Amino acid sequence: MAPKTAAARRLGMEVSIAVSHAVKLARAETIAAYPITPQTHIVEYLSTLVANGELDAEFINVESEHSAISTCIGMSAAGARTYTATSSQGLALMNEILYIASAMRFPIVMTVANRALSAPLSIWNDHSDIMGARDIGWIQMFVENGQEAFDHTIMAFRIAENHEVLLPVIVNLDGFILSHVVEALEMVDQDTVDQFLPPYVPRHRLDPNQPVTMGAFALPEIYPEVKMSHQMALAGSYHHILQVWEEWAEITGRRYRPLETYRSEGAKILLLTMGSLSEVAEIAVDELREQGEPVGLLKLRLWRPFPVEDLRRAVAGAELLIICDRALSLGGVGGPVMSEVRSVLYPLASRPATVGYIIGLGGRDVNPAAFKDMVARAREEARRPTAEFHLYGVRG
Amino acid sequence: MKPLEQTTWRDIELGGLLREPGSARAYRVGDWRSQHPVWDRERCIRCGVCWTVCPEPAIVELPDGYFDMDPYYCKGCGTCARECVTGCITMVPEEE
Repeated sequence: MAPKTAAARRLGMEVSIAVSHAVKLARAETIAAYPITPQTHIVEYLSTLVANGELDAEFINVESEHSAISTCIGMSAAGARTYTATSSQGLALMNEILYIASAMRFPIVMTVANRALSAPLSIWNDHSDIMGARDIGWIQMFVENGQEAFDHTIMAFRIAENHEVLLPVIVNLDGFILSHVVEALEMVDQDTVDQFLPPYVPRHRLDPNQPVTMGAFALPEIYPEVKMSHQMALAGSYHHILQVWEEWAEITGRRYRPLETYRSEGAKILLLTMGSLSEVAEIAVDELREQGEPVGLLKLRLWRPFPVEDLRRAVAGAELLIICDRALSLGGVGGPVMSEVRSVLYPLASRPATVGYIIGLGGRDVNPAAFKDMVARAREEARRPTAEFHLYGVRG
Repeated sequence: MKPLEQTTWRDIELGGLLREPGSARAYRVGDWRSQHPVWDRERCIRCGVCWTVCPEPAIVELPDGYFDMDPYYCKGCGTCARECVTGCITMVPEEE
């Protein structure tokens, strides 16, 4: 069946502005955010839309990211569709509140324009910010380009607000590499979005006529049960996420999967990437395939809940899996993605050898030649391992 | 509401939400106490500072205007004894 394509406009637009438009199309009712590079353009443009009366929302100016996410919790608790965005140190400053937002099941949507953490101060792109917030209990996904950033921002609200889910969602997009790039994007019109995303109906909200207690403390006799209910909700959100993505595919023709594959059929060597570097890795895969090398690519879109079975299926038949992390787990056994991927593969009777590279830290450029070089080096490394993981391209 | 020890994860309300007001009353923090306040009625001027500063609050005003602790909720923190204007409150260790 040919996909139904809704009335779509293709426009050249900075990706941050496209994300703002997605939030506007989603009819966010409340926004609280603090500007931080490279996320600034998103909330700056949203504040303009609100000030101009183009978006009927409350835009709360706050003095820090800690206040931004705290305000979002209050607004979500009051029953409003809530959005925020941040980067790097801003996400780190939100940290303690992020756990509360998810544990109290507030369907807040947040864009994280991924950026390195200080020190040394770096405004450039890597994934150390979100990996520091890996266990916050939010649904988390990565996008590869501006179109995906636009699509997933709208879909995030549908996923978050599903009464079987009711969890906050982070859409990760690479700072500068995506946030500040002008891309040709296919927009979706307001009627289509309105049909796809009905107004938010909270299951509970702060209401003087029906008072409830939110955020009560828990004794040791009940705390693990509360955490278990959160874990089950997050794990169970997987099927609802797929359902929403499938509906979006029917409307737009753009289909998304938790673990995307690129020329992975019959591949003996697989690269695994996240975010915008995936498109660079595709170029390397194309060139290697032309030379007859059986190389393919796995692109991890859904990070939480982790698509365990998708990954196990995708590596069947592969002999070598090269995992490319954009963050360093200092003093650990490798990048966070590599550690988790290895854990997923470990129970398999037959599994590929794994080699982990930490790449693109603090905005260091990674080009197609680097991916080809990693493939060559990883073959040697798989035969004779020299280290648990490697910081690729580091001098000395 | 089920007793805590019979509550499973499936019984947990969304986000640990509580519908029953005043449920914290069921948690009797008096168990924590290793000492408790004793008022000397000769020196007490019934000013109510102890009642005001008790963080729980676990100090009750008696019909005659004097004060006493509520044994179910007094944690024995000693704030009342420290703040008492006339020094009429003594913290006495709990007996074994």
